[in-house]
Amino acid sequence: MSESTTRAAAPPYRPGTSDAEIEAAAARAERRHRLAVRSWQVLLLAALLGGWELLARAKIIDTFFFSSPSAIAARLYEWITQGANGAPLWYHVWVTLEEALLGFFSGFVLGILAGVALGRNRMASEVLTIYIKVFNSVPRVVLAPIFILIFGLGLTSKVALSFVMVFFIVFANAFQGVREADRSLIANARILGASKWQLTRSVIVPSAMSWIFASLHVSFGFAIVGAIVGEFVGARHGVGVLIQVAGGAFDTAGMYAAIVIIMVVALAAEYAVTFLEKRLAKWRPEALQEAPP
Amino acid sequence: MPGTHDASTPAIELVHASRRFVTPDGKSMTAIRDFDMSVQDGEFVAVVGPTGCGKSTTLNLITGLDRPSGGEVRLFGRPVAGIDARIGFVFQTDALFPWRSVIDNVVAGPLFRGRPKAEAYAAARRWLARVNLAGHEAKYPHQLSGGMRKRVSLAQTFINEPRILLMDEPFSALDVQTRVLMHDALLALWSEVRASVVFVTHDLEEAITLADRVYVLTAGPATVKSVYRIDLARPRIAAEIRYQRDFIEISHTIWNDLRDEVMKGAARSDAPA
Repeated sequence: MSESTTRAAAPPYRPGTSDAEIEAAAARAERRHRLAVRSWQVLLLAALLGGWELLARAKIIDTFFFSSPSAIAARLYEWITQGANGAPLWYHVWVTLEEALLGFFSGFVLGILAGVALGRNRMASEVLTIYIKVFNSVPRVVLAPIFILIFGLGLTSKVALSFVMVFFIVFANAFQGVREADRSLIANARILGASKWQLTRSVIVPSAMSWIFASLHVSFGFAIVGAIVGEFVGARHGVGVLIQVAGGAFDTAGMYAAIVIIMVVALAAEYAVTFLEKRLAKWRPEALQEAPP
Repeated sequence: MPGTHDASTPAIELVHASRRFVTPDGKSMTAIRDFDMSVQDGEFVAVVGPTGCGKSTTLNLITGLDRPSGGEVRLFGRPVAGIDARIGFVFQTDALFPWRSVIDNVVAGPLFRGRPKAEAYAAARRWLARVNLAGHEAKYPHQLSGGMRKRVSLAQTFINEPRILLMDEPFSALDVQTRVLMHDALLALWSEVRASVVFVTHDLEEAITLADRVYVLTAGPATVKSVYRIDLARPRIAAEIRYQRDFIEISHTIWNDLRDEVMKGAARSDAPA
């Protein structure tokens, strides 16, 4: 006891290590770290684009195949101000986006419904597994000509292609998620009085949700692939058509410009999905921040 | 039906109950054999036995999640048919719904059973206050400590006002100090609602602290080896009762009995398969 009183007179920590000081130091280190990462990212981008431009101007790489950042930017500017291929640029983007979104949502909803229904029904799932495997083994893009034949050059054929691309991914994940649902959670809900439908709705589907969200990130990409491949095969408008036409005219700047547009759309969609996921899965623990050494 | 039985009918009765499983490699395995147990209305019974001896199977037979291969399981004199609404179950693992807030977890049972929303939430708030969790309603399970999560589980179970309460090693994952606090919380709740309890545990002291009677099981296949009446006065204080002389004596007697089975169970699980 006497020992602890004599010790209490001395400061409990080394100077400069109070809680407030440690917190401030951690915040400062964190800010510095983020700034460093951002600067390197910008620097790398500048180096890549600058290097590309320089090599193109110095005729070390062939602009016929690889174009140059300035030519691509010029083509993008031209498309934005004057339209492309006889229609405004935003219209092409909208057409592709509409196809991808419709395919994505229909595939997503039906994929979840089918996955959950089959996951809950053991007999049906065992009977159908082999057929699902067979269908799943077909590369989806080979269906594009068939869909164009059946549904014509318009919207429907691309939506159908997007749909089959998205459906199987979401289906497989929803099915797996249902199968992985925690047994004691199910038992708990049943004893608390849940009917079969209540069990599906309030235990099975929420616990499959993390699997379903994992599929969401991949599947929007596939929805865009479906729309664009469909446009390659036959369409009047859309970003896929821009690439096709530019390619036919040996306009590499145009092809790269279209790819840039797709990149922007896909990135925006990825952010939207992440945002949605964060809103819906707020019950999940956030990763703890590591204390500085 | 609740209320229609006379007082002498046991709340839970297992008569020559047995349960056999077919293991994944196609072998038949007997989990419990010729099991007799009877729990009076409002009685607290603890079941101890070596690990993996079929204690959980016994509980599953009472809930109706599982059916006996032989013999009979009765609740208030009637054979078990499906999941009985009068049963509450507290699990060993964390069985709270992680995507639901604390209050939405507690309210699950009443809502599943079709009680009006406002009434269910009012009841949930009352039960959370009773387990000292007022003010934590909006939190999610991952934001709580292990002891708090268990108290949410208790509220979630007690809100259904079970006549029969089954507990499968509910506190085994908690540290010793928290466990003692949970014992007191459980005894307080139980003294109010007077449900019949079957409390499965491998912790003999826990069993003696809580129960009116302790069933000692044999190493699997489980049957009842012996039954001890615990004549310690109630209300009991979990933190102190274990230092009483008669507690230590009882504990010693039962341990002498249980030890042989624990040895047998350990020898079996060590043996090459």
